Amino acid sequence: MSALKIKKGSNKHSAYNLRPNFSDVIERHTLAVIVENEPGVLARVIGLFSGRGYNIDSLTVAEIDHEGHRSRITIVTTGTPQVIEQIKTQLGRIVPVYEVHDLTVEGRSVERELALLKVEGDGEKRVEALRLADIFRANVVDSTLGSFVFEITGTPDKIDAFADLMRPLGLSEIARTGVAALPRG
Amino acid sequence: MTRQMTGAKMVVQALKDQGVDVVFGYPGGAVLPIYDEIFQQNDIRHILVRHEQGAVHAAEGYARSTGRPGVVLVTSGPGATNAVTGLTDALMDSIPIVVLTGQVPTFMIGSDAFQEADTVGITRPCTKHNWLVKETDRLSGTIHEAFHVATSGRPGPVLVDIPKDVQFANGAYVGPTQARTSHYQPQVKGDMDEITELVAAIETAKRPVFYTGGGVINSGTAASQLLRELVDATGIPITSTLMGLGAYPASGKHWIGMLGMHGLYEANMAMHDCDLMINIGARFDDRITGRLDAFSPGSKKAHIDIDPSSINKVIKTDIPIVGDVAHVLEDLLKVWKSRGRKTNAEGLQKWWTGIEEWKKVDCLAFKQTGKAIKPQHALARLEALTKDHDRYICTEVGQHQMWAAQYLNFNDPNRWMTSGGLGTMGYGFPASIGVQMAHPGSLVINVAGEASWLMNMQEMGTAVQFRLPVKQFILNNERLGMVRQWQELLHGERYSHSWSEALPDFVKLAEAFGAKGILCKDPADLDDAIMEMINHDGPVIMDCLVEKHENCFPMIPSGEPHNKMLLGEASTKDAIGSKGAVMV
Repeated sequence: MSALKIKKGSNKHSAYNLRPNFSDVIERHTLAVIVENEPGVLARVIGLFSGRGYNIDSLTVAEIDHEGHRSRITIVTTGTPQVIEQIKTQLGRIVPVYEVHDLTVEGRSVERELALLKVEGDGEKRVEALRLADIFRANVVDSTLGSFVFEITGTPDKIDAFADLMRPLGLSEIARTGVAALPRG
Repeated sequence: MTRQMTGAKMVVQALKDQGVDVVFGYPGGAVLPIYDEIFQQNDIRHILVRHEQGAVHAAEGYARSTGRPGVVLVTSGPGATNAVTGLTDALMDSIPIVVLTGQVPTFMIGSDAFQEADTVGITRPCTKHNWLVKETDRLSGTIHEAFHVATSGRPGPVLVDIPKDVQFANGAYVGPTQARTSHYQPQVKGDMDEITELVAAIETAKRPVFYTGGGVINSGTAASQLLRELVDATGIPITSTLMGLGAYPASGKHWIGMLGMHGLYEANMAMHDCDLMINIGARFDDRITGRLDAFSPGSKKAHIDIDPSSINKVIKTDIPIVGDVAHVLEDLLKVWKSRGRKTNAEGLQKWWTGIEEWKKVDCLAFKQTGKAIKPQHALARLEALTKDHDRYICTEVGQHQMWAAQYLNFNDPNRWMTSGGLGTMGYGFPASIGVQMAHPGSLVINVAGEASWLMNMQEMGTAVQFRLPVKQFILNNERLGMVRQWQELLHGERYSHSWSEALPDFVKLAEAFGAKGILCKDPADLDDAIMEMINHDGPVIMDCLVEKHENCFPMIPSGEPHNKMLLGEASTKDAIGSKGAVMV
């Protein structure tokens, strides 16, 4: 599609308009994928997304069951409802994938992301950064006379908001983990 | 009880335990220990191909014609990369094959060693699954798992990469029954509510059509039997994709021919005008659907497929049924019978009257006039002279492939081997070798174009060495026919690089390999030449010179719906707009 410069969902430019009957609305979904922790499994998942032109907004992966060799991959993706369905069924087709959960549709879920932000500055800006960090419940995990490293946990929106506030106050580096998510009780 | 043995011995033992009788392969440094084991036994026959791509296509031919997985053994590096086209072909057409590759020893992986390639990395997107085995203890279990994955659910190619030190080392062998059972167990039974809904739709539909595909063939002969029972009991017309030919017999009463880009007029019109489309094991491929927003606009669509990702991929389905074709059809028949075997008889009768009208268009009609052999005529004669034989047909890719699908009739599944999804030129010849290996006494014909055939012509050596009497029926137009046709229709008749000025003398070529060559250029000699080909006990290349500029019709031009088919030369002018031209 992109090679032909055809807008997603458009039905004006080509007879190969791929999804005529489906909604154009782009949705954001959080998927939890339980996989066998074997070599190459992450490459299979990522290769699926790149090979078929799907989006990855964030992706986290770690082993969750050492005995059972299970890892959990949390993927935040965007696409039309039809693309999201395709992503789920295509993930389900990968042999070492045990389960695919769409947390966005399977009831309510909680999402958290952790970020580290280095803010450099002095004087009033430094004091303001500390005050805002307090409001956002961010912790100082490292400090020098000219910088702080804040640790903040929250939804991606909250981290975006905090980073936006820190930018004029001397934000020099940021590291984000990507989203981890669980369904609510 | 486990037995200790070397990894190389394990490979051979595991193949025996899986019931493998033939392996297609090519030796090299990283698989020498396995070849040494093959040398010391007689249960498994090894067919030495002349190029690894040929090995994979031969295994595909074997698999398609038997329903059992084909097995390939090649070396590391170039051996593995040469197998990639075949793997992709098998993935696109859902063909079960197991490819074993040698790899440099584990301690050299990553060092850019001689003939090292990241085989599992390269083949990850073109296999259903693949494994790199780093411990001999896990080798036999992995091979058994590979067979399980290749043949379960939607079949496909798998690859096991075996480093040389793993082949030399000793380890514990486990048999197929002791191997770790995989969690990979795709759903085969369809949802009964959905099946019942489909039955209800069948009972009332005025203009229903079965649209069947390769999934019916893959599901096994039982699926074809059930399909025949269902079609004949309901009286609903049936069309099939290129991949599904033979599942329902071409001689059957309800057969309306192949559909799609070069499908029959009546089949495509029925697809366009139907009110209930029952897709069984097909995947709404772009060669079938044509323009999506005008695809069968008035129909309710049911889709039976073992792969959930096929459903709603391009066409919205009203009745989705995930399951194996044979299982679903069995349940479907049961429900339909228990509800009183109802159909909308009045509607169906009208529907058939309309279809008969479309049939009168006689879209495959051609006139054999002049001195040149028309390719259609060549195939019509091939059909007439071979239809009563125990016959298997392979093809290459292009015009000849479409003509073969149109003019040859298939009355049984597993008799038709062609590269559908990937469209691999060079597929047919090695595939015919695989088919002949599986069916030594049968007539195996590869319908080819000269350009496709040349892509894997080295396999003549294989055919001659193993005395495989495969018949290479080459429709030689000295052109890349389909490319030329598209250039004529889409690119102002500028025939950019679509012909060859240096074709070999195919008769001499055959003789150079120690095979028989037959040249035929006169329509009057055609029957004799075909008879000479099929009666010769050995491999034959028949060079059939045909009309050079014949186009393949009917044709749904790019960007048009099913009811806008081109039926012949007169209708081609400006048939494809600029929008259609961007598509393949």
